Amino acid sequence: MGQTLTEQILSNNIGRAVAPGELIIVRPDVSMGHDSLSPGIIRTVQQQLGAAKVADPDQIVLVMDHVAPASNVSVANSHNEIRHFAREQGIRLFEVGRGICHQVLVEEKLARPGRIIVGSDSHSTSYGAVGAFGTGMGSTDIALSWATGKVWFRVPETIRIDVSGRFQPGVDAKDLALKLGREMGIGGATYAAIEYHGLGWMPMNMRQTIASMAIELGAKAGIFPPDGEVADRFDVPEWLFVDETAVYTQTISVDLDTLEPQIAIPHAPDDVVDLSEVIGTKIDAVFLGTCTNGRYEDMRVAADLLADKQIHPHVRLLVSPASRNELLRAMADDTMQILLNAGATLTTPGCGPCMGRHAGTLGEGDTCFSTGNRNFQGRMGHPSSQIYLGSPMVAAATALAGKITDPRTL
Amino acid sequence: MSRIWTFGSDVDTDQIVPGRFAPFMLKEGDDVKNYAFVTANPAFNKEAQPGDIIVAADNFGCGSSREYAPAALKRRQIGGIIANSFARIFFRNAVNLGIPVFVAPDVVAAVQDGDTAVLDPATGQITLNGTTYQMPPLPGFAQEIITAGGIVPYVRTHGRFPGETVT
Ligand code: SF4
Repeated sequence: MGQTLTEQILSNNIGRAVAPGELIIVRPDVSMGHDSLSPGIIRTVQQQLGAAKVADPDQIVLVMDHVAPASNVSVANSHNEIRHFAREQGIRLFEVGRGICHQVLVEEKLARPGRIIVGSDSHSTSYGAVGAFGTGMGSTDIALSWATGKVWFRVPETIRIDVSGRFQPGVDAKDLALKLGREMGIGGATYAAIEYHGLGWMPMNMRQTIASMAIELGAKAGIFPPDGEVADRFDVPEWLFVDETAVYTQTISVDLDTLEPQIAIPHAPDDVVDLSEVIGTKIDAVFLGTCTNGRYEDMRVAADLLADKQIHPHVRLLVSPASRNELLRAMADDTMQILLNAGATLTTPGCGPCMGRHAGTLGEGDTCFSTGNRNFQGRMGHPSSQIYLGSPMVAAATALAGKITDPRTL
Repeated sequence: MSRIWTFGSDVDTDQIVPGRFAPFMLKEGDDVKNYAFVTANPAFNKEAQPGDIIVAADNFGCGSSREYAPAALKRRQIGGIIANSFARIFFRNAVNLGIPVFVAPDVVAAVQDGDTAVLDPATGQITLNGTTYQMPPLPGFAQEIITAGGIVPYVRTHGRFPGETVT
């Protein structure tokens, strides 16, 4: 009986074959902390676990992306605490402006096929885009991994998603990610890993969009087989491959040929409807960015719709590139120029207003259309604000019209 | 006797503690426990007492991995959380913090908000309106962590993870 990708990766790490349900202790290849939670993790390592030194500084990566640059004195002090810790312990730190942790780790090839990456961030499932086992953990788990080099896992069962067909015009990877939420629900993959099949043709940026939202199904990980563009860009270990005799607990089929643009309506990412049901909803702010949809390709499709046009006067359009590299790509051609000429505001590469802490926090009664992954009540600011989630194409069309708009009708 | 606070399905960590009350957003001397369910259940926020029990339907604690959500409940000295199911990250955070968590749909179905009950976290027995329920125990590994008061005290005491053989 063959193994799923998750089982292969976990087995390789501990040096023997594992089976779903087992509790195992693994040594992750990378343990990532970001600015929002690392100060607390550092305190747990030093004060509660009494570790003067981390187990292996090379295993740890720190990224300043969540509230970066700092928004107030207390955040600035926290950032300095992290910088101090990184220097003292010899840990690699990616500074303010480098980008969102999940994008940076992929660009730096710290996330790569066959690796185990744990992060203090639930969207660490993103690393599945490059065939890694990425999973989010709480501060205590991350602190333990820094102090001991190890974490505990329950080996998850795997759910297989079989995708057929191709996106029709106006439909993209975000719509598939939202559609999976609609079909499976926010807890549909709890405790399980997901494997995506039939998408060997899919470019890496789209895989990142989909894997980032595996957590929106409650999944422990969401892994793409390391084929296509990922195999071109990364070395794939020979033990990591799709074994057709592997056992899946469930198989879900999705046909892209008939997929319509999908929109998550307030206040849950699995409260998803067809775009046609929310056309005309008035919008105050459009946010293009996040680890889900903040890459060059996302900015490019928006620019294609915004070229030689102006956004609606009652709308503010915020663009937060997922990383400095992605921003540079958007500056290498006319993408960024088109967005800015159309009236967009550019923020520092990073999480931007995704978490509502800075750089575009929503006020009372504001309605936002975001390309992000979560629309829980109050996530981006005031509890009375509303967040709709959808693709970059719909975001651009919405910014032009001031209301939710189908890009295919422009 | 502990008061029972009931919640529905898909209670996300933003409802447990909104992001704007993250510990590092708070003023010196303030405590994240003051913001437990601050907007989602203001009565809980004001009145919940140490030992009180949270009972929820499906997928409790979904959303962000923010550990300060379960930490706020731990700091309120919640006696336990009983649900039909938990979100994965929340569940492991709760175990790691030593919060007794139980998956017991029969108990969830039997309680109403404001009921009182007696919970023995060690045995998983809960007495409610004169009936005693035996809730399924957690895997030994998780139970060992909770009994130790959390994974940090466990590792500090034993110098290893539960079940780990140190060579
Ligand atoms: S962009 Fe948003 S979802 Fe992604 S890591 Fe940053 S805060 Fe989290």
